[in-house]
Amino acid sequence: MSLSMAAPDPAADRPANDILLDVRDLRTYFHVMDGTVRAVDGVSFSIRRGQTLGMVGESGCGKSVTALSIMRLLDIPPAEIASGEIIFEGRDLLKLSEDEMREVRGNDIAMIFQEPMTSLNPVFTIGDQIAEAVMLHQGLSRKEAWDKAIESLRAVGINNPERRVKQYPHEMSGGMRQRVMIAMALSCDPKLLIADEPTTALDVTIQAQILELIKEVQDRTGTALLLITHDLGVVAETVHDIAVMYAGRIVERGTVEEVLLSPKHPYTEGLIRSIPSRGMRGQRLNVIKGTVPNPFNMPEGCNFAPRCPYAFEPCWTLDPRIEEADPPDVACWLYTPAPGFPAPKRGAGRVAGELSTGVRS
Amino acid sequence: MSAGTGGAAGTPAVPVSGATGAAGPGARSGEVLVSVRDLVKYYPIYGGILRRKVGDVKAVDGVSFEVRRGEVYGLVGESGCGKSTLGKTLIRLLEPTSGQASIGGEEIFAKKGNELRRLRRRMQIIFQDPVGSLNPRMPVSDIIGEGLIAQADKENRWGDRKVRDKRVEDYLEAVGLRRDYTRRYPHEFSGGQRQRIGIARALVLDPEFVVCDEPVSALDVSIQSQILNLLLDLRQAFGLTYLFIAHNLSVVQYLSDRVGVMYLGKLVEESDVAELYVRPRHPYTIALLSAVPEPDPRIRKKRLVLKGDVPSPAAPPPGCRFHTRCWLRERLGNPVECETREPLLLDIGAGHRVACHFADQVSDSLVSEVVGRQVGPGPAAGPASGAAAGPTASAAPATGPA
Repeated sequence: MSLSMAAPDPAADRPANDILLDVRDLRTYFHVMDGTVRAVDGVSFSIRRGQTLGMVGESGCGKSVTALSIMRLLDIPPAEIASGEIIFEGRDLLKLSEDEMREVRGNDIAMIFQEPMTSLNPVFTIGDQIAEAVMLHQGLSRKEAWDKAIESLRAVGINNPERRVKQYPHEMSGGMRQRVMIAMALSCDPKLLIADEPTTALDVTIQAQILELIKEVQDRTGTALLLITHDLGVVAETVHDIAVMYAGRIVERGTVEEVLLSPKHPYTEGLIRSIPSRGMRGQRLNVIKGTVPNPFNMPEGCNFAPRCPYAFEPCWTLDPRIEEADPPDVACWLYTPAPGFPAPKRGAGRVAGELSTGVRS
Repeated sequence: MSAGTGGAAGTPAVPVSGATGAAGPGARSGEVLVSVRDLVKYYPIYGGILRRKVGDVKAVDGVSFEVRRGEVYGLVGESGCGKSTLGKTLIRLLEPTSGQASIGGEEIFAKKGNELRRLRRRMQIIFQDPVGSLNPRMPVSDIIGEGLIAQADKENRWGDRKVRDKRVEDYLEAVGLRRDYTRRYPHEFSGGQRQRIGIARALVLDPEFVVCDEPVSALDVSIQSQILNLLLDLRQAFGLTYLFIAHNLSVVQYLSDRVGVMYLGKLVEESDVAELYVRPRHPYTIALLSAVPEPDPRIRKKRLVLKGDVPSPAAPPPGCRFHTRCWLRERLGNPVECETREPLLLDIGAGHRVACHFADQVSDSLVSEVVGRQVGPGPAAGPASGAAAGPTASAAPATGPA
């Protein structure tokens, strides 16, 4: 079956209601001098135990802010979580006190950041940094925590961990530091691992090592994974499900196969088609015309309409919401009948449209 | 132009081969434009109390290649392999340690003063970082016009403000920006627009040879494709030759006619693009190709994961520089040769050059054995990554709501 070609779904044999994280209508705004940026503007999704979800989108689409909101790592102000619930194992993380949240962070939910250099403290050895989390969350003694640190470094494929624990971050390469970050994140056996662009700063052969490691660790421990990336190749090889974000919203979701092989939303389609690939030499690349809308001046109606080759009447006035979509899983008036508007021309009409003429901007 | 229709034509199953083999218009003439021989660039390392020189970072360590007029020569490799240093040294933004280079028969490295200034007009560069490479205090007219002032003479009259402004506006238009943007400052532009300004700055002097140093790696995918299309259009319009430096193998494959692969300051393989991606012969190239994540979920690759990190270029391994990470050497029972003798970059036929003692041991069947790609069952045989979403995409809206 073709599904087996993508990453296996470790959550498949679990009951569908075994939900670990449920994000409901999350809205995270930033109040800055020029106005308010709605970085995350009504995002809902859930992750089952052991599920792997990839969140893809371009810079500024709100994918990292979503992760930071879940971890409650944003500075408030200027950030404000204007509404929404983040239910983790039955508790709303947004209602926890800072002390309670600290119990969750690093212990139940761990995060790997993009920059392995800046997310490690340069003045402590990596052993100190891993041991700190273990001592705090699991109440181990310093000695036990160091042993645990050595063990977790070994688990992420670092040679000679007894020597490495005593080193400082600057003594390691980028790939090695990212392994340390992963070791640190896994040291408390989290139920959910959030990886925010974990390989973006790395070279391709090192990226391959880290992705293999994340997959291997996920297989072994059964932790749920939220992988945030802009690289469709990375999601295709690492996770089972995808959510595509654009301008603070999820615009399409589904399995890797559904979304990458038959994208429904025009943005997803444009994104996939703009990747240069084998067999495309001598042809012009498809482009998505224009740029991401100005966050201070979001378009009326669908956020993507000004760049969309298929936009028709309702797109300019009505805002499609994935929560109200029918069929579900794509926020687009081409699919959901727009109230008060005639049905869109589907199929041939849509395809012969502008996208094939290679819109140039 | 008709990218979509073209995409449709290209959609039919291109199995493992992938590349069409049709070299771009550049390959039509065999005339060599840029020739590089034994280029070496070391950065000194100073240490100790007296800050004496204690060693060298061997960024580029004896590289020879030729770029033909009108072609796109892609240079790939991981960070620290010396590809950017090579590009910058070649156009005299850095001084070479040794070696020779010429452009259109004109010697590059020996030039000084006025002669060097005149030479610079022939070769320009587009930088990676669209933010850092534009002076935030200069309006666009000065950013693009500065080179014109430096290169002004009686003939081109670029010293004349009116002539210069007109030329700046012409080039703004050529890169897809509005003529009246000249008084704006870099912060008023998006990343993609800034990169267009950088391109206009490089082209305004009417160069023959442009070094593109990772011009799209800082950009989002949707903007990246706009810039790649623009670079191809401009090559056509101005008859340019590119040295295209990138770490993204898909981008290089899409754009280049020939490709050179660098590892630790050395060129390890060079070939026509179609040949390189289908019949790689250097074990490093094979691993590099294997490491690229595939956006088509139906394709299951055996992944060849290299062990360890790239060694320091200050103390490269003896013999073959790749031997510490080489999977082929391991497979062949660790022959001593790899550690003792440096392999030369030798032609194995049809301009395909490989620097490996055991390149003849690498066969197509070995390549597919170690990194074999399987295409799983799926709705269509075409590659989903890009082209498949051509007009066949009618399937998407039709099946979607069902």
